Amino acid sequence: MGDAEIIPIGTRGRPGRGTGTRPSSAARGLAPGAHRSTRGPGEGDDTPAAPPVADVPLEPGSAPGAGGAGSAPPDGTSSPDATSSRVGRSATTTVDRHPLGGVPVGDWLAAFRHGAAEVFGDQWETQLARFLAFWRRRITGDYAVDDFGFDQELTERFLLASLRPLAQKWFRLELRGAHHVPASGGALIVSNHSGTIPVDGLMSMVAIHDQTGRHVRALAADLVFALPGVSSLARKAGATLACHEDAERMLRGGELVGVWPEGFKGIGKPYADRYKLQRFGRGGFVSAALRTGVPIIPLSVVGAEEIYPLVGNVPALARLLGVPYVPITPFFPWLGPLGMVPLPSKWMLELGEPIRTDEHEPGAADDPMLVFDVTDQVRETIQQTLYALLMERESIFG
Amino acid sequence: MGERDAGSVVLVTGVSRDLARRCGRALAEAPGVRRVIGVDVAPPTGDVGGMSFVRADVRSPVIAKVIAAEDVEVVVHLGVIATPGAIGGRAAMKEHNVLGTMQLLAACQRSPQVRRLVVKSTTTVYGASSRDPAMFTEDMEPRRVPRSGYAKDVVEIEGYVRGFARRRPDCTVTTLRCANVVGPHVRSPFTSYLRLPVVPRVAGFDPRLQVLHEDDLQAAVVYSVARALPGTFNVAGAGVLPLSQLLRRLRRPSVPMPAAAVGRLGSLADQARISDFSPELLALLTHGRGVDTTAMQDVLGFAPRWTSATAVADFATTLSPTGGHLERALGSLSDRLPPVPVGPAAVPPLATGGDGRG
Repeated sequence: MGDAEIIPIGTRGRPGRGTGTRPSSAARGLAPGAHRSTRGPGEGDDTPAAPPVADVPLEPGSAPGAGGAGSAPPDGTSSPDATSSRVGRSATTTVDRHPLGGVPVGDWLAAFRHGAAEVFGDQWETQLARFLAFWRRRITGDYAVDDFGFDQELTERFLLASLRPLAQKWFRLELRGAHHVPASGGALIVSNHSGTIPVDGLMSMVAIHDQTGRHVRALAADLVFALPGVSSLARKAGATLACHEDAERMLRGGELVGVWPEGFKGIGKPYADRYKLQRFGRGGFVSAALRTGVPIIPLSVVGAEEIYPLVGNVPALARLLGVPYVPITPFFPWLGPLGMVPLPSKWMLELGEPIRTDEHEPGAADDPMLVFDVTDQVRETIQQTLYALLMERESIFG
Repeated sequence: MGERDAGSVVLVTGVSRDLARRCGRALAEAPGVRRVIGVDVAPPTGDVGGMSFVRADVRSPVIAKVIAAEDVEVVVHLGVIATPGAIGGRAAMKEHNVLGTMQLLAACQRSPQVRRLVVKSTTTVYGASSRDPAMFTEDMEPRRVPRSGYAKDVVEIEGYVRGFARRRPDCTVTTLRCANVVGPHVRSPFTSYLRLPVVPRVAGFDPRLQVLHEDDLQAAVVYSVARALPGTFNVAGAGVLPLSQLLRRLRRPSVPMPAAAVGRLGSLADQARISDFSPELLALLTHGRGVDTTAMQDVLGFAPRWTSATAVADFATTLSPTGGHLERALGSLSDRLPPVPVGPAAVPPLATGGDGRG
């Protein structure tokens, strides 16, 4: 309301500040066609009519007050004529009232530079170029994927990077014995499995990669490759099906392979059975290691049992969905999505002394008794380490 | 092994189709081949070069007469078709594939001159499922035995070929299990799928695909005809490409949709004759497949000229890209920036307090 009055009263589209009723004499002197501009405000609109389009109401707000002419073109404000005909233009009028219109390009660039420098640091041009190059590579498909579908770039720059905060900040992961992992060549990491969903596998991958620089290639259950979404991510993260063909192919290829031989029995065991190792499959992982002669490195994970305390199961629903179990925890499904937040237990991971398998004579993998013995040895090592770590742990969330 | 025969007569089946016709033409120019006879029910549509064409149905005993009359020594069976649309229905396709092969093998067994049989099979015999190993070797069985369509036909055909090899030990039988063939001239369910302007994908799955360039298929057939190397071999380009990466390299936009929707869309396209979309193709596009080609390299001694990646790149040159706008935008943006220095990006800080104990 105030605007609507001030602007028309102010100058009526004529130069000078004035009182609103008549312009000052100085202003009259400055105004073009000053000799004719002494008329009153009521009939003032045809005053600067000498130039062709000078009676255009230069500001929309002035139109109602300026009333009389009635010849205002609808697009008067943006018409180039209106701005170019400086002769009849009011000095107080701002033609371009777009909120960002007045910011010069140079300011934009400066702001962009400043923002980029904030995000990427001093070397922001290089960093941004690198970032764009990464995206360009991803979009054009210009990246390498190995025979198993492992996408190293995506794993390092996205998957591990997004899991790292969870490992460091939420679970405060602590990995010991990383020096047992050979710097190169095949090795088989055998771990206990727990936690309702295989978070322990992911966390082991992050921790071992960060401390040794090697990627743990997980051997996963076939259910992983049957689930949409999980399937494609698992392959890209380097996992493959837990079968002896794939395990041996990876170990021969000199990869660091991770296996969780307890499988669903371990991961889906009730909370009451925590840290009690289940049967270690049928010892398939041992025969794979024996055939390829790679060391077996036992890995004991403490902390994963408590993230989702499994107190119940819905077998009927599990059968219906075709999954091994449908978990019920104190928080899930009662709290909905909130119940899916893992409890922030303190995690301790310990890699044990490697168990050599290259000292056995060829064909040892076909000796079931030897396979059972080695399986028990690995299992016993992990169980004892678990007990030791549990003794050391002050509290679950310590 | 490896000896060349001077002037043998080669019979090629299925030459009405492009790939077989090209193979026949290449064989006619290969050293050690005196004559190439192409047979099929329909005449070939393109240039047959030095190959002579005999119109004969492999399902009829006429084929035995051709083999006997022309003193055929090498039989190259390329007449197994994958598309029911091309021949007029699934029943006719099965008839053509399985009965045709039986008839051809019966004729070969009867003819004392036949010394060599080369059969083009396919890696589809391994099926595609979530329980598959990453790479199939030749001695692995499919985790789910194919129960319908092309895959079942090929499984049965391979069974008959093995039977023939048992009954004619003097005849060397080479079975080439070829990966999906791509190339500028290939018209197959797989390539017509990739030629769609917007490609539907099965949401949540990124199958690993391994392909074979059409030139390499041709070279592999010519190679096996020239050498007596019995056995079954996977023939595929080196390396695998996830479907997402393959489509990006083809500059093809894709739409993820549930498997059932892709299947429904496929059968609609099937009915409209836009593309042949079989359940095997849907399984492949869900779970993917990789094959081990060690035997091909070491035993057969054949090295494809194209890897999966370069074969796809060559295929891409014949496609008009329907996507790639984002890439162009990013490209123009990064052109304004200084070049990326060589070397890895800043290493992320190492994790965890891990005060090593042991």
